Amino acid sequence: MITKKDEVLFLRPTRGLAALNLRDLWVYRELIYFLTWRDILVRYKQTLLGAAWAVLVPVLQMVVFTLLFGEGGKSAPDGIPYPIFSFAGLLPWNLFAKALGDAGRSLVMNRSMITKVYFPRVVIPIASVLGGVLDFAIAFLVLLVMMVYYSINQVGGYRLNLTPAIWTLPLFLLLALVTALGVSLWLSAMYVIYRDVGHILPFLTQLGLFATPIIYASSRVPAKWQIVYALNPMVGVVDGFRWALLGTQNGPGLMLIVSVGVAVVVLITGMFYFRHMERTFADEI
Amino acid sequence: MTDLAIRTEQLGKQYRIGQTTERYRTLRDTLANAATLPWRVLRSTFKRSNHQMFKPANRIWALRDVSFEVRKGQVLGIIGRNGAGKSTLLKILSRVTEPTEGYAEIRGRVGSLLEVGTGFHPELTGRENIYLNGAILGMKRAEIERKFDEIVAFAEIEQFIDTPVKRYSSGMYLRLAFAVAAHLEPEILVVDEILAVGDAEFQRKCLGKMSDVAQEGRTVLFVSHNMSAILRLTEEAIVLDKGRLVYRAPTSQAIDYYMATGLSQAGERTWGSDQIPASTAPFCPIALRVRNSQGLKVDVLRSVEPITVEVEYALASSISGLRVGIYLMTMRGEYVFTSFDTDNPQEYERFGVRPAGHYVSRCVIPANLLNEGRYVLAVNASAFRIKRYFQDENALVFNLDGTGAPGKQWPEARLGPIRPVLEWQINRVNEPVTVIN
Repeated sequence: MITKKDEVLFLRPTRGLAALNLRDLWVYRELIYFLTWRDILVRYKQTLLGAAWAVLVPVLQMVVFTLLFGEGGKSAPDGIPYPIFSFAGLLPWNLFAKALGDAGRSLVMNRSMITKVYFPRVVIPIASVLGGVLDFAIAFLVLLVMMVYYSINQVGGYRLNLTPAIWTLPLFLLLALVTALGVSLWLSAMYVIYRDVGHILPFLTQLGLFATPIIYASSRVPAKWQIVYALNPMVGVVDGFRWALLGTQNGPGLMLIVSVGVAVVVLITGMFYFRHMERTFADEI
Repeated sequence: MTDLAIRTEQLGKQYRIGQTTERYRTLRDTLANAATLPWRVLRSTFKRSNHQMFKPANRIWALRDVSFEVRKGQVLGIIGRNGAGKSTLLKILSRVTEPTEGYAEIRGRVGSLLEVGTGFHPELTGRENIYLNGAILGMKRAEIERKFDEIVAFAEIEQFIDTPVKRYSSGMYLRLAFAVAAHLEPEILVVDEILAVGDAEFQRKCLGKMSDVAQEGRTVLFVSHNMSAILRLTEEAIVLDKGRLVYRAPTSQAIDYYMATGLSQAGERTWGSDQIPASTAPFCPIALRVRNSQGLKVDVLRSVEPITVEVEYALASSISGLRVGIYLMTMRGEYVFTSFDTDNPQEYERFGVRPAGHYVSRCVIPANLLNEGRYVLAVNASAFRIKRYFQDENALVFNLDGTGAPGKQWPEARLGPIRPVLEWQINRVNEPVTVIN
């Protein structure tokens, strides 16, 4: 436990809504770094293919989607060849789904730490979410290579169309992380008490895959349902990601605002819920 | 400016009992609870029935009304039998869990050794684990880098530093884990029974480090079942019993109080009817007890006194060839001995068939046989090559205090589970030593 010299620490039962205690989180920022580093280091130890898995999984998903829905790669939503279209959607989605799976279970996986040492518990799901960024970066390089290859060979009439919007790409990555963290805070804290979450998690990510414009373009959703559709914050992320990188038409608009709004609300309520539950983690886990 | 390091005021912690055996609360239960709640509230208002939701019986105070102060630089021992609330107190003070009532005031950085090696990952190398574990314990990266060589040297694992710790021997693993924790340099150190693990050499090293820490003028809270370690390291001790602080005095007095008042009483394991599988019939275990030389059931016994072990059981019908016995193991799981009540040929003949009834099988472990430390008693009831009626591998844990044992003039841990009194003779030989070249 890190406290400054001669600082007095009061330990007493908290009642009602606890303050978020972001200062403590700042003090423990190095632990976030070390836990993220551990998660990444451990993930591909004792695997045959190592970090190649970060490429293999989304590429295979893309191949399957292209065969099933892309009419052999000929169909091109928004003028983008289907493999590139689906791969660009899969990247932020996989980052989200992986974060959810890892972070949702993270507290229970790290129970020995929680019952033995003090630190702000929120660093555990944060580190799990961040741990997926490396996989994302590796897959992102593959996407760039694909885009250059398709453009040079003019496959399906595709041309690299880089607009200034590309500079907003990190913002959409951030939105994906915020969404993932918000949902993970809720789920990981609930998982400590309700092991049902373990059953819900795979179902949630499977369902989300279809409720997010990955295998289809969001323009396929009827106009009157668009706002409801955008309540899924990953809709804003995936659309924005394609807009920034591929230069598709449907740029940021009302849907993105709705998505950002939902993501922020989920994150803030998630942090308060997590803080509320945190006090009994060591006893319940 | 006050010179207090820790002050607690009526500190209390309530737990739900049966937590470990109770199955996880599921969403369905909660939903069902919520749905029937209005009805139950209504019903209990009218009927005054002590319904379960209002019944406090399934909650237990692990700690209650504990108020004490620790001065800066003081080394305080905490003693009490298993379940007296020692660990709960340390968990609250190290912020692992929140108190249910009261408060604690802490001045200075707290380092806790509730368990060494927290967060060690088997796939990571020693080097990687030092950084990770250091960060978990609250060290800054710069601090870990500065102490890195010292930690490696203390753990004596120089040549294995880049090997995954899953390939370490358990001794190496423990040494590394303790080395990281020992270099935390907190102003307040909270230590829980770390000496229960590891070999004697490791324990000696830990104790040495602990007394260094104490001599550097840091505040230490030290929990142990090892009374001689408490006596050696602490000047004052508090005694906890059933969650309450019952005594505070200079350590030797506190230990006397603890031993004399039978607060160390436990020394008994009973089996309720719900804990016995149907397959044990017709054998029905009732209790396992250890008694000291005064015949009291205690969980701290003295190695210089004989120990009586008794197994109480009932037979619903007669069993032929039954033998009831005990295994004694160290905390590390090494067997010290096995003994059965019909080992003796006369008893074997007499109880060829044991009729139905209520029995106590009793034996005495002689004085000056066992070394100090913690031991586990296991019970076995079987008919050789026919059937094992009942077995509990972890029936009862007790502690042996080595005060007065041979060799106690040297404050060191002795290797091995036994510590017999041997008759040594030292003879001076009046012949010149011839050296053969």
